Amino acid sequence: MHDFQNTAWWAILWSLIKIVIVVVPLLLGVAYLTLAERKVIGYMQVRLGPNRVGFKGSLQPIADAIKLMFKEVIIPTNANRFLFLAAPVLAFVPALLVWAAIPFGPGVAISNMNAGLLYVLAIAGLGVYGIIVAGWASNSKYAFLGAMRAAAQLVAYEIAMGFALVGVLMLAQTLNLTKIVEAQAGGGFWSWYWLPLFPFFLVYFISGIAETNRAPFDVAEGESEIVAGFHVEYSGMAFALFFLAEYANMIFVSLLTTVLFLGGWYAPINTPLLTWIPGIVWLLLKTAFLLYVFLWIRATFPRYRYDQIMRLGWKVFIPVTIAWIVVIGVALETPLRAILR
Amino acid sequence: MLPVTTILFYVFSAILLGSATLVVTARNPVYATLYLVLAFFNAAALFILLGAEFLGLILILVYVGAVMVLFLFVVMMLDINLARLKEGFLSYLPLGLAIAILGVLELAVVFWTSPLGHITAPAAIPANADNTRALGILLYTQYLYPFEIAAVILLVAIIAAIALTLRRRTGAKTQNIGAQMAVRAKDRVHLVDLREPKS
Repeated sequence: MHDFQNTAWWAILWSLIKIVIVVVPLLLGVAYLTLAERKVIGYMQVRLGPNRVGFKGSLQPIADAIKLMFKEVIIPTNANRFLFLAAPVLAFVPALLVWAAIPFGPGVAISNMNAGLLYVLAIAGLGVYGIIVAGWASNSKYAFLGAMRAAAQLVAYEIAMGFALVGVLMLAQTLNLTKIVEAQAGGGFWSWYWLPLFPFFLVYFISGIAETNRAPFDVAEGESEIVAGFHVEYSGMAFALFFLAEYANMIFVSLLTTVLFLGGWYAPINTPLLTWIPGIVWLLLKTAFLLYVFLWIRATFPRYRYDQIMRLGWKVFIPVTIAWIVVIGVALETPLRAILR
Repeated sequence: MLPVTTILFYVFSAILLGSATLVVTARNPVYATLYLVLAFFNAAALFILLGAEFLGLILILVYVGAVMVLFLFVVMMLDINLARLKEGFLSYLPLGLAIAILGVLELAVVFWTSPLGHITAPAAIPANADNTRALGILLYTQYLYPFEIAAVILLVAIIAAIALTLRRRTGAKTQNIGAQMAVRAKDRVHLVDLREPKS
């Protein structure tokens, strides 16, 4: 009995240690992603971006965090007080929960679960509750419009996203994220899934941008039309939680795209010089590149109109993914099977 | 001392029953919807405790991630008028009670007479059990026809729902995407040379 308690306590303690090891770098990453975004977009628009706080603006995220912490959280009249305060938490918690299943190396994850892909897909879809509840509880027309847009957009893109992941399942034959990466081992970048599943790769990444409500799919905030959408009434830390959730989700989508389509922790070319570099470095480099693409897209494309978003989701992505599932299914029954798997 | 899983089972079951009760009794429909989400969550947790991680995660993915989002979408737009909601409560009460009692009686009969009432503890789950694969193999071999028929019935339901709600609006302005994509710069812009021609 004593031994059992010992092991149970140890299991809890070990989980907590692992959670801290993942969450602390994640929050730091989120903080510096905001700086990277302002710098990258600044340079793309021939500006300098923040450059006053610390060396070349390197302490800007810290200053922002302190500013947000000391701001007052204002609750609008006639807002639903409980749900108004619960909404940022509802948005932030799923953004952290998904990280439980993310593998950072062979078997290195908080929980190397068998149904990891399903878990990640299920939890990632929950963040929208924060947005919808925020929109409703704020008692504001703009926030409400933002919430309606977010709900419709999420439902449209989650289907395409799910179909894109079906393709990965067909090739990897497993839901375990570590095994999905290991199934992409072998040659170099040409044996990763982005090549045979190229349409899924694009659909998944673009749906990921849509699910995180980032430009050009950010109609839920749409500054020029509905002020700031669902978070128009929020201030201080309540607003900061929405912000943290959005950026944590961006990092998550980039990392998951890396794991599913870009060979996770494998080097792009199988030579001793490149494979000597630790896998985690490759994983983070690929993630950083995809995050750069996020910012690049934001600086490049104008916001989609609502009907264009719906058209792209329902009339382009879903037919494309269904067609490519059939193609992959047929290819797996031909001699191509040996190359694909 | 009770095993951890037993304690968790009672915790999740208690929250499940509590939130299910609140779904019915909550005055605000938005709260009722959110309690239903909580109930689904705990049901999923119970599935996962039993080692059925596929069912549990699909419950979250489909019902919490998609169905309840649409529910909330509709419920949010309701005008919450408590007086109107309570109207007719007493006149519906006898019918509702009768149906509830009938349901409870039927359930009791089922549980008393069938082996369902004597469920033994589930067999110990092997450490690396992959019930997603096991479920997939069963669904696509032994239960292929029922599975496909269920899929076709769902498809019919989708088409019926769309057919019922489809209405052709006249005067609505839409883009012709094909025509728009076919446009080239030379169709829209004519560059005119304004310099004086050399004589």
